[in-house]
Formats: sequence, C-alpha cells, structure tokens
Amino acid sequence: MNEETESGSGWFRGIDPGDRSEARRAIEDGTADAPAAWPANAIESGFVENEREYYDTLHEVTATVARAQVREREGTDAQRVIHCVRAMDDVERVANELAERVSAWAGTSFDDPGTGVEYAREIAAETPGRDDDLRGAMDSRLGSLAARVRALDEEGQALRETIERATPELAPNVSMLAGPVLAARLIALAGGLEALAKQPSGTVQVLGAEDALFAHLSGRGSSPKHGVIYVHEYVSGTAPEHRGAAARVLAGKLAIAARIDHYSGDRRPELQDELDERIARIRGRGD
Amino acid sequence: MAPDLPAGVERRRFDGNERLATRGEPVYGEPTDGEWRAWDIRRSKLGAMLDRGMETGLTGGETVLYLGAAAGTTVSHVADFAGPTYAVEFAARPVRDLLGVAQPRSNLFVLLKDARKPETYAHVVEPVDVVVQDVATRGQARVASANRRFLTEDGRLLAVVKARSEDVTADPAEVFEAFQSQLQGYEVLETQRLDPLHDDHLAVVARPE
Repeated sequence: MNEETESGSGWFRGIDPGDRSEARRAIEDGTADAPAAWPANAIESGFVENEREYYDTLHEVTATVARAQVREREGTDAQRVIHCVRAMDDVERVANELAERVSAWAGTSFDDPGTGVEYAREIAAETPGRDDDLRGAMDSRLGSLAARVRALDEEGQALRETIERATPELAPNVSMLAGPVLAARLIALAGGLEALAKQPSGTVQVLGAEDALFAHLSGRGSSPKHGVIYVHEYVSGTAPEHRGAAARVLAGKLAIAARIDHYSGDRRPELQDELDERIARIRGRGD
Repeated sequence: MAPDLPAGVERRRFDGNERLATRGEPVYGEPTDGEWRAWDIRRSKLGAMLDRGMETGLTGGETVLYLGAAAGTTVSHVADFAGPTYAVEFAARPVRDLLGVAQPRSNLFVLLKDARKPETYAHVVEPVDVVVQDVATRGQARVASANRRFLTEDGRLLAVVKARSEDVTADPAEVFEAFQSQLQGYEVLETQRLDPLHDDHLAVVARPE
C-alpha cells in the first residue's frame, strides 16, 4: 500500500494498519539514519487518518513492545540468577568434599586434625611448601589442595553476594519476604520468575521437596509440609506443630509476591507487614 | 529577571511551601492539590533547572525527546506540559515503572532503546524542539552529539552531566570541562552546577550549531 513516498523508512512503512504484530516488530527492529515528520508522513501514506490516531496508535504499540521486551529481559536475568545459585551450591558442595579429603590427609601428619572448610583454610595458611624430599612434596600438595578449598569457599561467598545484589533487582517482593538467596532458590526450582508466578501457593510450599511429594502421591509417606522454604526462619523457627501452618502462610505470600514481581514489578512493603502479623498469630496459638 | 515558566508549569503552595507543579496523574507519592501535583526538584534535575531560572527555552506544548527516562519521575512532569514526548530508557527494570507512568499519558511514548544508538529509534521519533538528556553512562558528550540529528534548527539540548558516571575518581570540574570540549555540533548557551540539590551534576543548555 505504500509506494516510494516520503514515508521513507518510518516504522509504519509497508505495514497493514490493522496488523499490530507487524507494527511491534517494526518498532523493535526497525532503524533509520535520521528522523522525519513521521506523523505527517503516516497520514499522507494513508496509514492513519489524522494526527490523533497516529499518536494513539504509537502510544499503544510502543507500550506493548516495551512491555514484551521487559518480560524477555527478565527471562534472561532470571536465567543468570539461576546459574548463580546453582554455581554457588556446586562450589560449596565441592569445597566440602575436598575439605573432607584435606582433613583425612592432615590426620597422617597432625595429631588432632579439625574438619570442614575452616580447617582446610588453616592448613592452607600453615603448611609450608617444601618440595626437596618426598615428605615435603606430600605436605606441599596437601597445602595446595587446602588452598583450592579456600579459593572455592571464597568463590562461593562471592556468588552469594552477587545473588544478594541481583535477586532483589529481579524479584523485589519475593526477595523482601524470603531473603535474596531463598528467593533465588525458589526461582531456580520453578524454572524462572514467570514460572514461579504461575505456581499455586501449594506448589510453592513444597518446591524442593519433590521426592517426598512423589513418594506421598504414590502412597508412601505423609504429604510434605514444606520444601526449600523450610530454611526460612518463619518455618524452621516455628514450633513443629505449627510449622505446616507457617509454611502455608509463607508460601501464600510468596506466591502473591512472585505474581507482583512478574506482572507489575512495584514494591509492596505491606506484604511484609501482613506476613509478620500472620506468623505472629500462628506462633501465639496455644497447642 | 528569570524567564517565564513553560505553560502548564506553575509555582503553587503545598503544605505552606511554594513548589513547582504540573497537572497530571501522581507518580511517585508527591503531594497533590486538585489536578496539580508537586514537582520534586530534589528528585528531578530538569525541575531544578527550571526552579533556578535557567533559560531552557521550554514554553509548553513542544515535542520532546527524553534520553535516560529511568522510572519516569521527571518525564512524567514533562509529558504533563509538553506535546508528544518520546522517552528512551535502556534498563529494563525502570521501564516497568515508566510504563505505568505512560499509561494515563497518551502523549508519552516509551522506547526501550540505547541512547548511544539513535538509528535504532530514528524510525519512530520525529524531529523535536527539545532533547532532554539525563543518562548515567560514560560518553555523555557523545550521546548528545549523536542525538543532535533529532533537534529542529532552533531546538534546545537540556543536558545534565553526571560527573560520577564519566569517572568516579576525576575532579567533577574537569569532567564538566571535558564534556563541553567534546560536545560536537552545539553552541553552549548556559551552564550551571546543580549542587547542593544534585551533587556533582552540571546542567547545560545548548542549541545546534
């Protein structure tokens, strides 16, 4: 419908006025070297009747495009957070495994070997690296291995700090209620913020307890009261007989928070107050 | 004598204090008085420029390209008194808020684009009377020069230079000087530092050469 007119390379060029998906693609991917009197050109070329209609169309299409782009960007950001939290778990697991090895090995040289990553850090700091005899070479390998544990431990902390910065950007309300690391775990378990936003609260409650849930569904064992949200103080710090109720309330608020984070993105501090109040009431119940 | 405020911007009293105000839907919890809402000049550098009486050339009803719209605090006021207002912002997170700001403002067009690449939005943005630039990126002079193509002959660039965005360690005065010497295609008409309202920010009014 557009011949070679002054419409030049305006976003509306060659587009069926009724086809919004074409218009969106043109806004998103189109280019031009210089601006031109696009509203007038759009009227001349018959894309719109008048200026009012041009601006209304532009308003609608630009908003739709921006909204879709924000969604898409959010998906990428969520994938990065998911990799970060999984990498942190990997690094911590490997650090612990290697620390066990360091501890067992150190037992051959020292009378009272400690355990864990902290002990490996001590060995890394103390064991001298002298390679001139076989014994020295062995000690030097032990010290070096301990130094890898220390480096992994530091990487784990750096990953944690990154998660603590990135997750509130992605999901401010879930991060506020759950803390950034648990928020990242929930997003990872659901497979993204959008996926988390679509979960019913009963599913959020048992995310991370899939083994127990499927055992229950196939007739073995009771239904799990909580998944990974167990680490939240409002669950683990609540008396066992009220823990199921606390987990249900927390999961309910998290499910709402995830929907706000995904669909609108504004911060709702009142969610925290509501949660605090509900938990206080549960904990105040007699048994 | 200070220049007149643009049509659609007035000084009005809120809780006993005289403040700049525009007419529109409230955005960031600012005080309102009927249709009028206060323009917080501590949160808005353009608001500070108008409040200080800088010759912005704004008269109301003009076409505006706003670079670095962020969550829309300032651009919401601009859209209240200006005509078609194109808001460019590159960070996805604030664009969500910006979309909320644009929703009741039919003259505000949100573009999630990189202000350093004007060719990615020149097919949408028409020639404008005013380019407002408030970008937190290095190379602020390059951004202004690259976007000169949008300005009409007698248009105005209203730029706010953030010293810390260029180089956190450098002396702000040197950063401001460097900005002016790197600004190509413009004649600088007026500059003013916005301290203490906005530390280490220089407001620049320029027109295309």
